[in-house]
Amino acid sequence: MADNIIELIDVHKSFKDQHVLQGINLQVPRGQTTVIIGRSGGGKSVILKHMIGLLKPDSGQVVVAGQDITGMDDHQLNQVRKRFGMLFQEAALFDSMDSGENVAFPLREHTKKTHAEIQRIVADKLRMVGLPGVERKLPSQLSGGMRKRVGLARAIALEPEIILYDEPTTGLDPIMCDAINRLIADTQARLGVTSVVISHDIAGAYQIAHRMAMLYEGRIIATGTPDDIKNSSDPVVQQFIQGKQEGPIEGI
Amino acid sequence: MSSGPRWSRPLELVGQWGLRVLVETGRLGLLLFQSLVWMFRPPFRAKQIFKQMEFVGVKSLNVTVLTGFFVGAVFALQSYYGFSLFGAETLVGSTVALALTRELGPVVTALMIAGRAGSAMAAELGTMRVTEQIDALYVMAVNPVQYLVMPRILAGVIMLPVLVIIADFVGIVAGYIVGVILLGINSGIFIAKIVEYVDFSDISMGLIKAAFFGLTLSLVGCYKGFYTVGGAEGVGRSTTEAVVMSSVLILISDYFLTAVMF
Repeated sequence: MADNIIELIDVHKSFKDQHVLQGINLQVPRGQTTVIIGRSGGGKSVILKHMIGLLKPDSGQVVVAGQDITGMDDHQLNQVRKRFGMLFQEAALFDSMDSGENVAFPLREHTKKTHAEIQRIVADKLRMVGLPGVERKLPSQLSGGMRKRVGLARAIALEPEIILYDEPTTGLDPIMCDAINRLIADTQARLGVTSVVISHDIAGAYQIAHRMAMLYEGRIIATGTPDDIKNSSDPVVQQFIQGKQEGPIEGI
Repeated sequence: MSSGPRWSRPLELVGQWGLRVLVETGRLGLLLFQSLVWMFRPPFRAKQIFKQMEFVGVKSLNVTVLTGFFVGAVFALQSYYGFSLFGAETLVGSTVALALTRELGPVVTALMIAGRAGSAMAAELGTMRVTEQIDALYVMAVNPVQYLVMPRILAGVIMLPVLVIIADFVGIVAGYIVGVILLGINSGIFIAKIVEYVDFSDISMGLIKAAFFGLTLSLVGCYKGFYTVGGAEGVGRSTTEAVVMSSVLILISDYFLTAVMF
């Protein structure tokens, strides 16, 4: 395992009688953007939640920076989690706080910075995501795309090594999708972070991915560069990336 | 599930119900235990605790005063009619005071606060659960039991007795207004009988009950909210269940607390 910051080894996970992950093997190389594609409801979010210890596998290992996190207690897990930032599907901003307080939250919790320093960082991060000056706006006053950008500002507030994106472009208009994708690519390039993005937006995935992996029926059936995926001979992969209803994947 | 013969169905239902009660009790206990543990670990979340105390306590003042007043007033009215049958109207004051301090103050206040604050806790935490805000706390290495649950439980335990003191006082004043001003009982005797018959222990036992009810309603509210599943519908269900469950628990535990203490 040359320089894989996250590695999933034969991860199985079931919810009640649904066997969602049936032996996931996946490597996430350091400093690159890995996009996991697959159908809605196929368990992509479940993979992401395993990487950060929100879910524990029924069997298998999740290795982050050389440490197996599956057996860790809360305290150890928190140390690992400080390496991560995560953008949730609906941004998951705290709606009792305004945007500025949301972005400041991880800084208040985990640093001893003064109020002025925190305000400066918050303003800086909000500028990075293209929303300068929205500090006093409540999440309910923002559009979906703006909420996601504030969510990203919060995710990068502590300058994490790894950023996880849970369907960052779902539910946005095409222009906002493009803006978010550029933001992911920019953030990756500027901060040199490792990014893991789950998506079913194929065009967006090509735009940002260094590596892609496709999840199908609980397994990773293909990995490689975007070109590898594009030229894959697997009919399942071809059907998915071309978005056709006919093929080995059952439509409805 | 119904694999056995038909007559065994009722038995299965009883068993399932029993199992559910057992599981819920266990999970409630676990949440309480975790909150206790997190109470004594830094950071101590003073800001969150005071915020919740304000929410449970200060913002419940109106409803507490209003219900306390009318419970005291109606109790004075009812007991006056009862006592007047055998000419013991002078006991109205002490009856109202005893009923309020020992029983009605804690129970009525707790039921009101369960409806006001307990339901709000379930709704707020439930919404945070289904919109992944609780996951977001975990991801940011902040324990949500410490950040969200512990301050609410502590606020319930601390503020309920305070509210009950207010409800007791307002209720007795209402009893005085009805008994002395409206019905013409002698003011001096009214007060003297209260002083004669109400012990400090009547008040303090009522306050112990109040603290226990405060724990019940905030723990149940947090529990139902924290483990919400199923989107907006789930939040609604959690909120309803929180109010029903805490109200029932308050009334049942009231009997046993009374039996043990008095």
